[in-house]
Amino acid sequence: MVSTNTDDGFVVFDGVQKSYDGENLVVKDLNLSIAKGEFLTMLGPSGSGKTTCLMMLAGFETATNGAIRLGGKEINNIPPHKRGIGMVFQNYALFPHMTVAENLSFPLEVRKIGKAERETKVQRALDMVQMGDFGGRRPAQLSGGQQQRIALARALVFEAELVLMDEPLGALDKQLREHMQFEIKHISDNLGITVVYVTHDQTEALTMSDRVAVFEDGRIQQLAPPDELYEQPKNSFVAQFIGENNTLMGKVEKIDQDLAVVRLDNGDLIDTVPVNVSSVGDRTLVSIRPERVEFNRERLLPDAHTLKAEVLEFIYMGDIYRTRLRVAGKDDFIVKTRNAPDQRRLKPGEMIEIGWRPQDCRALDA
Amino acid sequence: MTDATNSPSTGPMLSADGTPLKKSLQIALRRQKLRALALVAPLLLFVLVSFIAPIADMLFRSVENEIVSETIPRTVIALEQWDYQDGNAAAPSDDIYAALYVDLSEAEEFKTHTRLGSRLNYETTGMSSLLRKTGRGIGRMDTDEYTKQFEALDPKWEDPAVWVAMMQSPGIADILPETASAWQSWQRIVANKNDVLAEEQPEDFIYTMLYRDLIAQPASAIAAYSGSGAEMLQAADSAVDGFEAISLREQFLDIDKDWADPQIWGTIKAFSSPYTAGYFLSSVDLQLTPAGIEPQPENQQIYMLLFGRTMFMSMVIMGSCILLGYPIAYLLSNLPLRTSNLLLILVLLPFWTSLLVRTSAWKVLLQQQGVINDILVWLGLVSDADRLVMINNQFGTIVAMTHILLPFMILPLYSVMKTIPPSYVRAAKSLGATNWTAFWRVYFPQSVPGIGAGSILVFILSIGYYITPELVGGTTGTFISNRIAYHISSSLNWGLAAALGTILLAVVLLLYWVYDRIVGIDNVSLG
Ligand SMILES: Nc1ncnc2c1ncn2[C@@H]1O[C@H](COP(=O)(O)OP(=O)(O)OP(=O)(O)O)[C@@H](O)[C@H]1O
Ligand SMILES: [Mg+2]
Repeated sequence: MVSTNTDDGFVVFDGVQKSYDGENLVVKDLNLSIAKGEFLTMLGPSGSGKTTCLMMLAGFETATNGAIRLGGKEINNIPPHKRGIGMVFQNYALFPHMTVAENLSFPLEVRKIGKAERETKVQRALDMVQMGDFGGRRPAQLSGGQQQRIALARALVFEAELVLMDEPLGALDKQLREHMQFEIKHISDNLGITVVYVTHDQTEALTMSDRVAVFEDGRIQQLAPPDELYEQPKNSFVAQFIGENNTLMGKVEKIDQDLAVVRLDNGDLIDTVPVNVSSVGDRTLVSIRPERVEFNRERLLPDAHTLKAEVLEFIYMGDIYRTRLRVAGKDDFIVKTRNAPDQRRLKPGEMIEIGWRPQDCRALDA
Repeated sequence: MTDATNSPSTGPMLSADGTPLKKSLQIALRRQKLRALALVAPLLLFVLVSFIAPIADMLFRSVENEIVSETIPRTVIALEQWDYQDGNAAAPSDDIYAALYVDLSEAEEFKTHTRLGSRLNYETTGMSSLLRKTGRGIGRMDTDEYTKQFEALDPKWEDPAVWVAMMQSPGIADILPETASAWQSWQRIVANKNDVLAEEQPEDFIYTMLYRDLIAQPASAIAAYSGSGAEMLQAADSAVDGFEAISLREQFLDIDKDWADPQIWGTIKAFSSPYTAGYFLSSVDLQLTPAGIEPQPENQQIYMLLFGRTMFMSMVIMGSCILLGYPIAYLLSNLPLRTSNLLLILVLLPFWTSLLVRTSAWKVLLQQQGVINDILVWLGLVSDADRLVMINNQFGTIVAMTHILLPFMILPLYSVMKTIPPSYVRAAKSLGATNWTAFWRVYFPQSVPGIGAGSILVFILSIGYYITPELVGGTTGTFISNRIAYHISSSLNWGLAAALGTILLAVVLLLYWVYDRIVGIDNVSLG
């Protein structure tokens, strides 16, 4: 048996596959180890298999292949109600015929916990989400954000060590969502619970998580802490999926350990970090974040390659300036600059020269 | 002059053209309302004519009883003075017989006495034949003696023209009240025969009434009369005391001695008012007797039994529809759409077959020589000698009606269950509930509105069901509706049918109210 390094995690997906119809794999060979107390987010486009993974973990779908372990025990054949995993659904799934307090005491009742203890636990959970006075209400009498809190409290009230959340904030407006992100993170840190969180909002993933697993087409494309994910995307999918990103196509002209010179399709040369390219002549997609583009010649290395660019549009956005350029024949190249006192405002029609530090520009798979 | 300017804070708000705002708003709204009314008018009319009106008519018929006071009005008035006592203590007076004599003489011409007989026969058996017999005999009474005696006194009494002249004189009704009243009947009789009043000699009952009036009136009153035929009347008045008197009571007793029975008169009196509670009393196994409200004889008490049975069996049918329908609806709502649509067609299939065919199919299946018994016998579960009786009894009715009404339970259940998101049950399970707890505590309560809707539908439909119990119910499995149908089409006692129907309607409304109280009508959902 091949023992992988995923064995020691609290939650372990070991070579898990899933197919609904026997023809297509919705989850293809998932290997993932989640440490105790970790906040892990599954991020990915619609249909990439995030919910399916979550459902397999919760026990509502069976893995077609592979093993899922929780606390070292294989749980493939344990029915959902015996797994003791808390879950928050996207539509909250608060029982409409019960009051808030009854909703919360439901998991305690089925665990045959005495009435007095139940009441204290319910109250404690309600207080935790700042909903202490709402125990007598029906879910329909609560706002979306309040329902969200109750759903969270219900998933936590029976002291589950693992809580799954499937796009729990999807139905909330932006401001409330940001507030709840903070609150969920805060509560999970305080309680030390392990959270597997599903979202397709990348900001949410970046701000909340200890680690983010980027899903695409049933596979994890990259599993990394937020900063690493943003700054060192492993492939072009991740680079494009996370954050704003300028891309240029070209061929590797020269390559050594940590520097590759790429000749763009229009003939210009640029400096990059080789990530998914290995040899001269490889086609590559070069990725550079808008805020890492430099048009101040003094800030660049003396021998750095630069590109000619024409300013097409200047947008004032308050804290930043956003400038659209035509670079190497493409006119969707974005540069973001901080709105600082000494910052230069580019004017449309102006011709400038742009460049970057080689380590900020990554030569990825084409 | 200076403060004549219109200050906007006082006075009503005006619209642009100067009319008060309120008024122009009303005009605008009225036009909208009228247009809306015009759109619903055809349906409203249809509902009124085909639904509200029949119900109102039924409600009215259940208390309506004008036939007695219309057919024998004089008798009804005369009986007001008479009190019923058991036994022969208070035999009706000759006045009452006289009133009946005139009433029936007219009724016989119009044949309304037979209808009266049928009506009173619902209350006291024998009334129908009594009245028929009396109708036949009324023309052959010995009252022609009066006619002969008047004619002997003065041949002009034979002349219809003289009668017409006299009865048209002013003041005649004051001195000859009974004759004048009878004369009106006579006028109607002649008109009905398409004869001319002045050419037909009055019938004996007119002479009888004339005799009674002359006997009753003091001579002075007759003498004071000066109109047409005054001398004839005065001559007759002085002669009538010497006339041979005929007892009308005896005459009636000659036709049928039942006319001496206070029971008969008591019945007529009890049902003489134009509105009666009699039908409703009959509907609950009571009867209105001359002595008051009494229970029906033991062997005729069937309506309470039938009401009870109808309720009970409707409950059982409703219950079995829930038991059978719930799992099917659950299955339907949890299958993929394509499969569930196919199954739904199967559920609806019975709607496309005739009710009679389906009911008859149950006859074939359930009868003693039927398919099910044959199979049981063949399997050796039942011996050939004692095959199960499954039809023409309550069992048969319940089976057949459950089958017929099942879709009415499944459809509302299905449409409610369809709207319950699967995430609720999942949530319950993730919270630690077993399959059963998740179902019972979370899924079932949310499907209750569907059960409510289905139950109301099934119960109300079955409470008034008619064809199926009629065909497979035998004697023990019939409903109150079968009895109603019997009274509508066979016994023609529409009043009783209407009363039974009204009670049924009231029971349904009452149950609906109770249901609203307990479950809440808002909780009923058809999806
Ligand atoms: N019950 C099912 N039967 C068949 N196919 C399914 C089923 N559930 C999901 N799928 C398919 O599996 C794939 C992954 O679905 P999944 O719900 O896991 O996506 P997701 O990443 O959660 O997407 P989203 O962000 O839209 O929620 C999709 O292609 C979907 O069509
Ligand atoms: Mg999903």
